[in-house]
Amino acid sequence: MSSLSLKDVCKSYGSVEVLRDINLEIDQGELIVFVGPSGCGKSTLLRMIAGLETITGGTLEIDHERMNDVPPAQRGIAMVFQTYALYPHMTVRDNMAFGMKIAKKSRSEIDAAIANAARILQLEPYLDRLPKALSGGQRQRVAIGRAIVRNPKVFLFDEPLSNLDAALRVATRIEIAQLKESMPESTMVYVTHDQVEAMTLASRIVVLHGGNIEQVGAPLDLYERPANTFVAQFIGSPAMNLLDAKITAAGETTSVQMPDGGRATVPIASQGSDAGSSVRLGVRPEDLTITESDEFLVSADVDIVEALGETTVLYFMSKNGEAALIAKLPGIHKIAKGTNIRLTAAPEKLHLFDDKGTSFFYR
Amino acid sequence: MNPALQGVITIIVGVGGCIGYFYLSNQFLDKVLFPARGKHIGRNINRANMIRPWLFLFPAIFALALYLGYPVIETLRLSFTDRSLDGAFVGFDNYAQMASEPKFWEAMRNNMLWLIIVPAMSTAFGLLAAQLTDRIAWGNVAKSFIFMPMAISFVGASVIFKLIYDTRPANQDQIGVLNAIWLMFEGGPGSYLFLRLLPAGIVICFALLMAYVLYLALKPLFRREAGAGGSWWSVPLRLFAGFVAAWMIWLSAKSVFSVLAAEFAYGSPQTWLTLPFWNSFFLMVVLIWIQTGFAMVILSAALRGIPEETIEAAILDGANPFQIFFRIKVPQIMGTIVVVWTTITLVVLKVFDIVFAMTNGQWETQVLANYMYDKLFRANDWGVGSASAIVIMVLVLPILVWNVYNARKEMS
Repeated sequence: MSSLSLKDVCKSYGSVEVLRDINLEIDQGELIVFVGPSGCGKSTLLRMIAGLETITGGTLEIDHERMNDVPPAQRGIAMVFQTYALYPHMTVRDNMAFGMKIAKKSRSEIDAAIANAARILQLEPYLDRLPKALSGGQRQRVAIGRAIVRNPKVFLFDEPLSNLDAALRVATRIEIAQLKESMPESTMVYVTHDQVEAMTLASRIVVLHGGNIEQVGAPLDLYERPANTFVAQFIGSPAMNLLDAKITAAGETTSVQMPDGGRATVPIASQGSDAGSSVRLGVRPEDLTITESDEFLVSADVDIVEALGETTVLYFMSKNGEAALIAKLPGIHKIAKGTNIRLTAAPEKLHLFDDKGTSFFYR
Repeated sequence: MNPALQGVITIIVGVGGCIGYFYLSNQFLDKVLFPARGKHIGRNINRANMIRPWLFLFPAIFALALYLGYPVIETLRLSFTDRSLDGAFVGFDNYAQMASEPKFWEAMRNNMLWLIIVPAMSTAFGLLAAQLTDRIAWGNVAKSFIFMPMAISFVGASVIFKLIYDTRPANQDQIGVLNAIWLMFEGGPGSYLFLRLLPAGIVICFALLMAYVLYLALKPLFRREAGAGGSWWSVPLRLFAGFVAAWMIWLSAKSVFSVLAAEFAYGSPQTWLTLPFWNSFFLMVVLIWIQTGFAMVILSAALRGIPEETIEAAILDGANPFQIFFRIKVPQIMGTIVVVWTTITLVVLKVFDIVFAMTNGQWETQVLANYMYDKLFRANDWGVGSASAIVIMVLVLPILVWNVYNARKEMS
């Protein structure tokens, strides 16, 4: 059963379209992460689900009920804001109780809900403090507690870790993962621009770009089988290398030839009509290995060597000074700048995209 | 000499004098007193830097001491002397004489009324205007109109309102707006609605509000809330607030009947400013009209400073606009409200021009500042005049201290 569904959802401000025909089904118990670069509309989409932004077109359903015009408080959602949005004049207890007091719940009910949330989030010692007496991580926990107390059908997180420092971010990320485990029935929608958060937390990732959904899938599916060049370069760090190539032989497997002499046979099917067409060959920096044989992908002079101990990152520059290719080799390699190096990768690790950027795998 | 030329010369001399003072005094400090050379160069530089702030502060401190500090002390001294005895020391005689005058107690009573009503109404209207004008497209235009009275002097405003309250004989056209409206009432159903039911309704609303205050004040005493410890003085304070509220309820309950049973002189123009008790309120309207703009501007800025997310969180929590306003917005700007309130309180305690220009304290509208003026400059009795000035200062001082304390807290 689907607990939240978006059907042809659009959003426009006047003539500016920010979101186009978003279709998405979210099942109960999922943790969906919206990820994408700034301005891709991910926060807008979340705020539309929350009811803080109007829906210009399409249908939003929660538990099969149309929610487009239902006031935010009656949608059965709870939201955690990037800036925590705690009420500064209320104690932690009152912050969490505010929604229930507004809903005129009985005192015992409120106390029980707060006690439960405080226990889950280990906030018991802080219940009578004001938000200003708490650290950033504690404030974010209170904000999450306020959401738990509402006992919503869907939790919405709007970049909840962006305001925390790096160490706290990792700790809070793990706390959110544990929170999800302790409430397996709850559905969560999480917005972030950080792909590490997306990869570690999500049951499915939704990659948004320019108001469109580029791909929806489990984190590792997105990593292993990106649907297009945008997802390929957005997921993974450093980004996937894209090499210009021409198809020399089509069929069950596809053979490609690079302008500088590199060759590869990719175990992805192509049609006869594709033979001779320009494509882009994708290979992740961490999949590249050094080879001595003539069956290589790339042969070039190293421009920059970054020895990190754990890995060694090689940069090959193009003529206009941009990093044309990055290779990330495990361990320590003593390679001098300017050395000519041949790189190759296992065929099953290669990706093939047509001239529109769509992956051959999904054609 | 041409006055314009005189003005230019004054500016040159004044500004030049300031620059000259700062330049020369610093030169003297650095070159002559503690020169940055020789054996003690480090010590000299440190000492010069310790003295320099005082060099800059000196003109201000000097002017304040001469024109503010000295008059306060001199006024205090004068309040203990008697003019008719060639300035002999008479102890608290002036204060005693003042306390025996009914006009003084009338002024005290009126000042207390002003003190309660004007800051409360100005702040309330200002808050209302700030909230409402933020929501509409032409809010900024409305704001400029509400703020405009701030640019009018108190005397100018008094002249405007004197025209509003103006009275002409019954057979002539009324130029005062208030009398023009008054003459529209002739004792029919409209009059019954606006002059009996509406005021009675307002009084009942006030009584209900006071009942709510009573409930809020006394509730924690009967039902111990978790975490509501409170200080030792909270119990007597709550009891006092409850007593005041109960008294207000009693007063308003009584006045409901008098409002409903009051006899009105329909058809005859009223001289509003000579109606004892009510005329004070007509004077207060002038100050409220002026101070609302001030309150609105400050509170509007404070309202805009509230993080938008807290309001969105409240929307998600299901709060309606009233709950958002009273339970999320107002508590967050409470500090600013207190500063605005106390600032207006200070203005009210010093109020003089409005009363002076409109009634001159006649018909039971006397206030302390006008009383002081009466004694000091009309009766030439600087003993009692100074005594009343000291009374005003003593009343202002704690509010001033509290105001500065709150304003500083707001800023940090």
